[in-house]
Amino acid sequence: MRRNGLAALLFSTLFVVFMIAPLVVVIGVSFTSTGYLEFPPSEPGLRWFRAILTNPDFIDAALLSLELGVTSATIATVLAVPAALAIGREKFPGRDVLQSLFLSPLMVPTVVLGVGFLRFLTLISMNGTLIGLALCHAVVIFPFILRLSLAAIVGLDQSVEKAAVSLGASSLTVFRRITLPLIMPGVCGGWILAFITSFDELTVSIFIINPSTTTLPVKLFNHITQTTDPLVTSVSTAMILFTVCIMLFVNWLYGLDRLLIGEGSR
Amino acid sequence: MNRQSAAKPWLLSAPALTLFLALLLTPLVMTFVLSFNSFNFYGGIKNTHDFGNYLDVLSDSFFYEIFARTFLIALATTVVCVILGVPEAYIMFRMKPFWRSTLFLVILGPLLISVVVRTLGWQILLGNKGLINSGLMNIGLISRPFRMMYSSPGVVIAMTHVMIPFMILAVWASLQRQDPATEQAAESLGAGPLTVFFRVVLPQVIPGILSGSLLVFSMSASAFATPAIIGGRRLKVASTTVYDEFMGTLNWPLGAAIAVILLVSVLIIMLAWNRLMERRYSGAFG
Amino acid sequence: MALLELKNLTKRFGDVLAVSDFTLSVEQGEFVSLLGPSGCGKTTTLQMIAGFETPTSGAIILNGRNLEDVPARKRGLGIVFQSYALFPHMTVEQNVGFGLEMRGVAPAERAGRVRKVLELVHLDGLANRYPRAMSGGQRQRVAVARALVIEPDLLLLDEPLSNLDAKLREEMQLELRRIQQEAGVTTVLVTHDQSEAMALSDRIAVMQAGELMQVGSPFEIYERPRSSFVSTFLGKTNTLAARLEQVTPEGSLLVCNGVTLKGPPANFLPGPVEVSLRPERVELTDADNAVVSGTVSERVFLGNQWLSKVNTPIGELLMTRRNRGSDEPKPGDTVHLAWSAEHLSILAADRSRLT
Repeated sequence: MRRNGLAALLFSTLFVVFMIAPLVVVIGVSFTSTGYLEFPPSEPGLRWFRAILTNPDFIDAALLSLELGVTSATIATVLAVPAALAIGREKFPGRDVLQSLFLSPLMVPTVVLGVGFLRFLTLISMNGTLIGLALCHAVVIFPFILRLSLAAIVGLDQSVEKAAVSLGASSLTVFRRITLPLIMPGVCGGWILAFITSFDELTVSIFIINPSTTTLPVKLFNHITQTTDPLVTSVSTAMILFTVCIMLFVNWLYGLDRLLIGEGSR
Repeated sequence: MNRQSAAKPWLLSAPALTLFLALLLTPLVMTFVLSFNSFNFYGGIKNTHDFGNYLDVLSDSFFYEIFARTFLIALATTVVCVILGVPEAYIMFRMKPFWRSTLFLVILGPLLISVVVRTLGWQILLGNKGLINSGLMNIGLISRPFRMMYSSPGVVIAMTHVMIPFMILAVWASLQRQDPATEQAAESLGAGPLTVFFRVVLPQVIPGILSGSLLVFSMSASAFATPAIIGGRRLKVASTTVYDEFMGTLNWPLGAAIAVILLVSVLIIMLAWNRLMERRYSGAFG
Repeated sequence: MALLELKNLTKRFGDVLAVSDFTLSVEQGEFVSLLGPSGCGKTTTLQMIAGFETPTSGAIILNGRNLEDVPARKRGLGIVFQSYALFPHMTVEQNVGFGLEMRGVAPAERAGRVRKVLELVHLDGLANRYPRAMSGGQRQRVAVARALVIEPDLLLLDEPLSNLDAKLREEMQLELRRIQQEAGVTTVLVTHDQSEAMALSDRIAVMQAGELMQVGSPFEIYERPRSSFVSTFLGKTNTLAARLEQVTPEGSLLVCNGVTLKGPPANFLPGPVEVSLRPERVELTDADNAVVSGTVSERVFLGNQWLSKVNTPIGELLMTRRNRGSDEPKPGDTVHLAWSAEHLSILAADRSRLT
């Protein structure tokens, strides 16, 4: 294949700078010892990282976000895998409608979902509860898991399952011993993508949290819009670090391109 | 394959369907109903059913301005994403596997990092005393800072950063689908690199660009965090207005009406766009 | 009584008739091939025997038992899939042992039977490999071993060699035949490759457009095709349109483009027919003994033989001659051709040409 020219490489370099500049700035600012946002920091230090530890609100929010991410991703996975089996394997009237419904949270503006959830949870008095939050998040992240599970199921050579049947395996055995292990990478990829999406989710959460159940992105957002101290940058740096770790793990496990494109690109 | 197969797909999807009926369709219907209720500061929400909120929104130039701004920002973001994202995707596609996957991590990785964190970075960069302005003043290119915070161009810049990975992914997917031999064929017939890009590659990735644009446009039109932080209180868009009505003035019915208008206009644009794409590309590309 | 009987088997997909009134019986220990071009219904037939498709009508009888209500997993057939369908997350041993595990065979006995069948397919020592670490030919052997280890009444092979390259394919043909005979298992093979079918089978069933065209031993089908479809599908042939003028017990007379040809005795009434003549039956002779004379238009050297095209009054004829190291007529040369009357096959005019 032809190589990229100099202009192309220059363009690409500038593009990379554009993509990482805001992250570099956030990380850089977080190492200041002064009380204001400056880059590069004139007096480097870990003052604002120590500040996180003396700020239990942020730690509580981070723990809640973790708990919420794990719960909602797990709920969504348990519901999405059987649905993906139905949509990916069976031909039945209503299949396309069902698939569109399950993917629709991607198309409805999140702010609309947020007000809908707020109205609904208020009426059944579940506003601000973890289970209410988790169920709402499960709806929002459902499409990610469905897409990756579907890709895994559709990409699976069906004759492998037929082979197991011809050797005498029952439907349950085929699922447990053959299908599930083979779609596991896709399902895990979907779970992780869903977990990160839930962990980072702001727009829906900001409507349905209450002061005692504040997630990390909401806490951060409120802090940013109200004050301008470098604490937000040290919290952000911690979040970036956490995400990068997950990202490298996913890239090793599944391939970031496959995860994000959402189809088997072998 | 056998008799009980008709019920099987429905049994498998029943749990998910239950969740969606309870937590997606019900809330959306309730929001729709809420948008027809009325509100006053003393009595709260009244269970009336009229078009009062819609009339309020549609007869007030304040709201027109907000919706116009929302869709203009979304349009500008989409255009910038196409102009920058398509060439970048193609350049990445032509790189050696090592650089390709490294760039993939760097460019698409931010997709997984919280929008709030990324927007915070832009807030630091775009401020009057921010990195871009002080840099430009230091080298003497400008004497007074550009006002980028609390301005639409500032929102477009930050939003481009948030949305462009989606454009690259969409174009990437269609680049992968194209037969690499078509580029070699064009070269063997004497086409230069630019001709190959514009005459052979670009036409083949147009479906990817169109679907990427649709995604970027609809997500930009309903984005919340970036316009809320970069735009601030003064530069309102539809989603931040809904938030203010719900959490600030507590006029839920009016907020619901704005939300419904946003939802309906986004859906109409998506459907129209899809129809256009299908008509244009249904036969030619798989 | 035959081991496997297919009785008037028919399969319809909506408006498409995939298999139409297919009847065939397979004897114990026999190797039968279903041969035909893609879309001829051979794979659908196999899928119905395996139990993955339900026949629209007709019956499948194995060992005297109607399989209609027997689900695929209870039929106990060994199947080798085109893609091999090995379980990628299991080792060779686990793959081969899977069927025994499903039958509740105790681990110790299982290990012994797996070892024996791996010896049969010459894979001893690779029991702990994963399929992805094996070559195409080895995967093929694993697939065969996995199907054989359950000691099936019937082995079904679905285009088993189509994913192998040409050299390996020939090697595996001999291997498959050896394994089948050592195991003594009745086998049905589905293939579109006529040389594969001829090399492996006791009998070949040629299918076209969902219908059974002809059944017989490879030699019988090659030498005495009953339709021009069968004669062109198995090997190269010259097909000529002719008119049958006269039939006697000693032989027949045909007219082809104004040239009178002698033919074998035939069971046809005088009228339009098709005549098939294998290229290897055409011989060079002198002007006095020639049936027809013509001009060589093209010549191709194939290593073991020459393939020439000759323009003659009865049409363009293909001729193959063994390479004897001597000169062959060149394009432009005039040649005199002859063949003996019994080497012409008289066929009913092909129905696909009539309709």
